[in-house]
Amino acid sequence: MAAIMPDNPLLPDRFKRWFASHGWQPHAHQLALLEKARAARSSLLIAPTGGGKTLAGFLPSLVELSDPPASRPKFSSTGRTLRRSRGLHTLYLSPLKALAADIRRNLERPIGEMGLPITVEMRTGDTPLSARTRQRQRPPDILLTTPEQLALLLASADAPFLFGDLKRIVLDELHSLVISKRGDLLSLDLARLKALAPNVQFVGLSATVANPEELCDFLVPVGARADLVLAREGAEPDVSVLDFGAEMPWAGHSSRYALAEIYKLIERQKMTLVFVNTRSQAEMVFRELWNINDSNLAIALHHGSLDATRRRKVEAAMGAGKLRAVVCTSSLDLGIDWGDVDLVIHVGAPKGISRLQQRIGRANHRIDEPSRGILVPSNRFEVLECRAAVEALARRTQDTPPLRTGALDVLSQHIFGMACGGGFNADELYKEVTSAAPYRKLSRKDFDDAIDFVATGGYALRVYERFARIRKGADNIWRLTHPRFARQYRMNVGTIVEAAMLRVRLIRGSNKAQEKSSVVARRGRVLGQVEEYFAENLAPGDTFIFGGEILKFEGISENEVLVSRTKSSDPKVPAYDGGKFPLSTFLAEGVRKLIAEPEHWRVLPAAVRDWLELQELHSELPQPDNLLVETFWRGGRNYLVCYPFEGRLAHQTLGMLLTRRLERAKLRPLGFVATEYSLAVRCLGDIDGAIAAGVLSLDDLFSEGILGDDLEAWLAETALMKRSFRNCALISGLVERRFPGMEKTGRQVTISTDLLYDVLRKHEPDHLLMRAARADAATGLLDIRRLGQMLARVKGRIAHRSLDRVSPLAVPVMLEIGRETVYGEGADALLSEAAEDLIREATSDAEPERPAKPAGTRTRLRRRAVPR
Amino acid sequence: MLYWPAERTLIVSDLHFEKASFFASRGVMLPPYDTAATLEALALMIAEYEPVRVIALGDSFHDSAGGARLSPQNRTFLLSLQAGREWIWITGNHDPEKIEEIGGEFRENFSRGDVVFRHEPGDGAFEIVGHFHPVARISVRGRSLRRRCFASSDRKLVLPAFGSLTGGFNIRDVVFSTFMGGDFSAHMLGTEQVFSFSAMNCVPD
Repeated sequence: MAAIMPDNPLLPDRFKRWFASHGWQPHAHQLALLEKARAARSSLLIAPTGGGKTLAGFLPSLVELSDPPASRPKFSSTGRTLRRSRGLHTLYLSPLKALAADIRRNLERPIGEMGLPITVEMRTGDTPLSARTRQRQRPPDILLTTPEQLALLLASADAPFLFGDLKRIVLDELHSLVISKRGDLLSLDLARLKALAPNVQFVGLSATVANPEELCDFLVPVGARADLVLAREGAEPDVSVLDFGAEMPWAGHSSRYALAEIYKLIERQKMTLVFVNTRSQAEMVFRELWNINDSNLAIALHHGSLDATRRRKVEAAMGAGKLRAVVCTSSLDLGIDWGDVDLVIHVGAPKGISRLQQRIGRANHRIDEPSRGILVPSNRFEVLECRAAVEALARRTQDTPPLRTGALDVLSQHIFGMACGGGFNADELYKEVTSAAPYRKLSRKDFDDAIDFVATGGYALRVYERFARIRKGADNIWRLTHPRFARQYRMNVGTIVEAAMLRVRLIRGSNKAQEKSSVVARRGRVLGQVEEYFAENLAPGDTFIFGGEILKFEGISENEVLVSRTKSSDPKVPAYDGGKFPLSTFLAEGVRKLIAEPEHWRVLPAAVRDWLELQELHSELPQPDNLLVETFWRGGRNYLVCYPFEGRLAHQTLGMLLTRRLERAKLRPLGFVATEYSLAVRCLGDIDGAIAAGVLSLDDLFSEGILGDDLEAWLAETALMKRSFRNCALISGLVERRFPGMEKTGRQVTISTDLLYDVLRKHEPDHLLMRAARADAATGLLDIRRLGQMLARVKGRIAHRSLDRVSPLAVPVMLEIGRETVYGEGADALLSEAAEDLIREATSDAEPERPAKPAGTRTRLRRRAVPR
Repeated sequence: MLYWPAERTLIVSDLHFEKASFFASRGVMLPPYDTAATLEALALMIAEYEPVRVIALGDSFHDSAGGARLSPQNRTFLLSLQAGREWIWITGNHDPEKIEEIGGEFRENFSRGDVVFRHEPGDGAFEIVGHFHPVARISVRGRSLRRRCFASSDRKLVLPAFGSLTGGFNIRDVVFSTFMGGDFSAHMLGTEQVFSFSAMNCVPD
């Protein structure tokens, strides 16, 4: 590489001197991007963490802008103010505000040290109004922003001026943007930018993905797809599964058995990141580590529910090298380089290989040194999953999901935005929209439906024409009918819909003396936030861990959860489980394969090996291409346990459908439990007998036909479907997220969208938003697509075992029974059960000194439902 | 919906006709099926009980201009329900004025014996009121159920909102205790029957 530098004509002398002054050499991929820029090609750079990715993305722009005379902007008078005669040169898009801020600091260094005449500014939701106005009138050379801010800029009349001269768009962490509805919106905005600036170059920066061609395709809406530039791969990561000869837990996700071992690992490193899958696990691990923190190591906690200022403090301390370990969730997944990490410990199953690889890449941000990772499985099945992941990593496999099909709710939002920005011609916009990769197959009918939806709600009953928000003029241009709708759009832009969250506020504890004083007088600081449904299930006096402290729930006031400190040592573990990922299809395959191949078991801990051998002895091992179904009696219940390995979401959907069918077969199902790997249904009726008598056929029970009417009927009722619909209603702009000056709380939104869902289900089941919600459910919360693929795969390959007792593999899912929430039971049955419980309590002679103890019933009922 | 057999009187509250079109006129395009759905539900009740008198406890229209937005079909439907029976519109805060061409008699309140029907509670000995859209929430086995409900004490009976597109207000809110007192009951609407709980056993939102 040293040879490239002196005579590389693409790099101006002052850049060569700058590199040399630091004793650096440009990476080959950095120079490659310069060449692509010179050849006017768009490019996708795939580079591991620590490969100088960001500088590579900006280098072409820095070089172009370093040359003052001809390319410098001129100013012109617009009468009232000076307006720059040209817009932005380079637009940088990041998924995170914090990442954009970090990039800005990183850019200031070369610009400052070389004395380049380049202006760089950031634009986020926090940018003051004066700066926003100035940016629109006199744009900087380089603007760093987020996809949502870009959408807002594109929906303004300034867009042609701002973006007309755009030379380059740099998209950071592209792999993380494309997997969600944010990616859909981004793709539409890229198509718009390409229309405004036909010669713009797209530069994507991404971690390694399964299918880079898809990203190349996504990056450039029209014309030649982006060229792929692969950076040299980093050193092979050194990843192992923690095995210290302990007895492996059968079930659960706490990993308590390994905490002392994890602590020892932390003690031996300068800096360790401890990744976990959920926020509640983060709380638990953090707390337990402090319980054994005899050396008083600086161990911190970082997750998405914590107050932002607290998170910033932890990040700063990490950067300054003041911490020994941070227990974190996906909140630390992306981008920013916070100090030198020596080791990544991953507690719990990795769920997906690509994500695991990126997390482990956090250890050692230098490309030539191996990053070190240790996986800590929390139960037996997770051992298998961790093993499968280690092997997949060694083969450098990736399991990033395939590109999305663009969502109709996002399209509606975009159409509304385009009407705000001066209007659109439907034919032209359709052409532009279908140039975006996720929308390439969008039908004209769906597109026209979306326009109709934006205009009047798109109802068959056409009674809102006079209230239309957009209307087509004589010139065929669709425009807003009133400028106030532009404000409506701005207030509701974006695709990120948060779960309804409540702030957690500390107050002084309640006691008899203080009860008189108002809650307001006792208010303290805000600690963070929790999901509403978690708070709903708390009774006053309940304790839970939050931010590493045990807190007592005092009550809810407006949209705040009021808590006090407590000395209690037996907290209810919080159930707020943000950041739960389903097991990836690829890893699931790995696990199935590992189980089916005893010759590979030698890598497993002895306890797990014994477990699998016992399974082979008492029942049989599930094979990669079949579905093992076991039935057995236990405690007066007939159980059916199967092992699809398709993740909890798909299993829950399957469980619901099986229960309905068993109900019709008069086998009186009582409920089911789903884990990531298996599913158990319990019945009062005799499944074994029904199968033996030929009354029940397992082939029929697990046929793909199960996804027909039953699914429709269930979907219509399920709360998950309503949640999907709520997201679509918010993103599409059917209902508003906020009103000016008055933020609607999430809970109010939930109520009204549930009603709307019921109305549409009855009157217009094929309404655009119902279609959008069903599409989301198929891939998201219900994983119907994956379930369908599984059923197709095992068709005619059901291996049934009628056993005299529970099998070794069935134990983990059986242990979950009693902890699960209830699915599929009629609301009336629950109401009447609650009523009966209360009557029994009220009429019983027990505990006469505490007759009014309503919370007791709830607590007891609920404890069974506390998620692991 | 409340039915008083001795008086053959059917009482409903907070119908909020034309709520969706009110929102639509402000750019929030809610599905335009709420009025028809509410009317159909009301027609079912009338067919079932054949009352000689119907009392709507106020907020029958979401706004005073709502009557003018009523579609011809829905207007005909509404008038047909009134045929052969007394129909009393109690005025509410959403519809304080008489609304033209919707039939019925407009009153601020209506009494029958000791019982007073009005929109918002006053100081009567026993009042049947609407206005609050009461809902109750209970928590069972990790699942929380929130349903419309009646709220009753020995002096007041609050009816749930009957309108198809109406939200609800939790009975544990302090507003209820100011006129219901601390000890009152919630009668939650299941799909088939009503379930009664002490308000103290219900969960706040």
